[in-house]
Amino acid sequence: MSVKSEPITINLGPQHPSTHGVFRMRVTFDGETIIDLEPIFGYLHRGSEKLAEERTYTQIVTLTDRMDYVSSMLNNQGYILALEKLANIEPKPRGVWLRMIASELQRIASHLVAIGFLIQDLGAWGTPLTYAMREREKILQMFEMLCGARITNSYLRPGGVFMDAPVQFWDALSEFTQNFPSEIEELEKLLSSNEIIFSRTKGVATLTAEQALNASITGPILRSTGVDWDLRKSDPYDYYDQIKFNVPTHTAGDNYARYILRVQEMKESLSIVKQCVERIEPGPIRPHHDEVPNLVKPPIGDCYSAIEGSKGELGFYLVSDGSISPYRWHVRSSSLINLTLLKEMLVGTLFGDLFVTFGSIDINMGEVDR
Amino acid sequence: MLGIGLIKGLSVTFKNLFTPIFTIQYPDKKVGLLAYSKHINKSIFQILKENPKIFLMGIIGMVTIPVKIDQFPRFRGNEFVWYDDRCTACASCAKYCPLGIIEIVTHPAGENMQAGENYAIDKFDIDTGRCMFCGLCVEACPYDALHMGTDFERGNYSRVNLVLDKETLTSQDKNPSSWFRPQFESNEYNPWEESMSNSKDAGRHEKPSYQKIKEKWVNKRKTDG
Ligand code: SF4
Ligand code: SF4
Repeated sequence: MSVKSEPITINLGPQHPSTHGVFRMRVTFDGETIIDLEPIFGYLHRGSEKLAEERTYTQIVTLTDRMDYVSSMLNNQGYILALEKLANIEPKPRGVWLRMIASELQRIASHLVAIGFLIQDLGAWGTPLTYAMREREKILQMFEMLCGARITNSYLRPGGVFMDAPVQFWDALSEFTQNFPSEIEELEKLLSSNEIIFSRTKGVATLTAEQALNASITGPILRSTGVDWDLRKSDPYDYYDQIKFNVPTHTAGDNYARYILRVQEMKESLSIVKQCVERIEPGPIRPHHDEVPNLVKPPIGDCYSAIEGSKGELGFYLVSDGSISPYRWHVRSSSLINLTLLKEMLVGTLFGDLFVTFGSIDINMGEVDR
Repeated sequence: MLGIGLIKGLSVTFKNLFTPIFTIQYPDKKVGLLAYSKHINKSIFQILKENPKIFLMGIIGMVTIPVKIDQFPRFRGNEFVWYDDRCTACASCAKYCPLGIIEIVTHPAGENMQAGENYAIDKFDIDTGRCMFCGLCVEACPYDALHMGTDFERGNYSRVNLVLDKETLTSQDKNPSSWFRPQFESNEYNPWEESMSNSKDAGRHEKPSYQKIKEKWVNKRKTDG
């Protein structure tokens, strides 16, 4: 007996516990199969790019914290690199090493959140998320030692960081780098061989490399389709060219590949942190006020600079008219662009796969809407 | 084999059953009798004599005691610490604040009144209800007069009460955080154990005399043209 069905359109969000923020989807189902999907965003728009036009260059650092609030250090780094390029500021080596340590720790923290919430969306209510959050908490505490805040860091300044790391930070960091491999192992033992996770994520919402490249998708999603593209390797900024690390890739392009890739990236980030700690040397952490004043006045011109954020290419475009605040500031947010293939990924899958896929893309609404 | 992965995963959760609890109970926690007697520094018999009800609660581990959580010294807290005798009313902090929530009103007063080199502060308001605790004002202060605080339990029923005015700032406890104050860190100053009421300790240097400020900013500019 065949069941007669007809399409039904359902509105998901903007207030939905699984949409990781205020995100709305208009989904059309036929039975349980998704036949059409339309993402709608803009519910968290705060006009950061406009606000920046009346703030000085240093004040904008506080705006970048609030974009992708689970990886503020990386946002700080991306913005400061763009500003340094625009204003021709030569950063101090110790400041650069410190900000590399901070941003790699932030990448681990961000991936932990991504994995924790992916498994949460799968229905493993609480346990893996708690384990992930427990590790993230250690990183956030280190950030508090560094800069007095856990989320809204504002740690970076043009030419380096605002203050040298305190002694207790180095102790906490060495303890963390020692213990973290076993914690990843535990997380992997818990999840990576779990049959339920296999059956729910393997082969679901697959992307091909061609599709991803055409939509200019970046970050873990692109690498999970087999494209070896990481800005830290392919267009090195800061001192990443002096560091040895691998860029893990997968070819499956499904939810499982995206998950396992993040686990491997965390291990790479940890090895980068270890190398940075070995390489760091005493010295000034930021240029003196005489070299780089508080009110930076870049020459007239524009620049684009991008870093490999936790979610993909995080680019900042700055236009200067020679005054103390930018004429225009634009952010190429990876979360927004990674969302553009949501329909292609999801059409043909079942309702239950929707939020799993959404979790594996790992978006952050603060960055999507800015 | 199907199911092996599940058993592996469950062995991890089972192992975690016996690891110490990571969560911190806040703002208060339930403790037993011994921990309570240690907390209030009284013996169990004293508690039994003075308050038998609490004694009974303690036996079943249901007495609540407050929990105090110390942050790290650079913590950017809610109340600001401001030393009025260090402040020259230069208003750098107000100009540097991204939200423009510091309001300073001054009038010329003091020694060199005519030249306007000495200012008396009529008003010094920080609207912490709108503050994002970025600390840029503290970074901007050239005379180490303004510091971030370390308190964070300042819930309030009205936004008006969140405005820190000059009186509050001068009279409240001074536990400055070491955000952007390397001199505190080199002295190993801990804001949760000691307070810093003497403004002399707070700065990298003494507050410059008016003569010095005049030399630096007025005379030098005259000679420079
Ligand atoms: S902490 Fe930031 S927002 Fe608050 S008063 Fe200072 S500069 Fe303004
Ligand atoms: S920057 Fe410092 S010295 Fe100047 S007005 Fe503010 S608190 Fe006073």
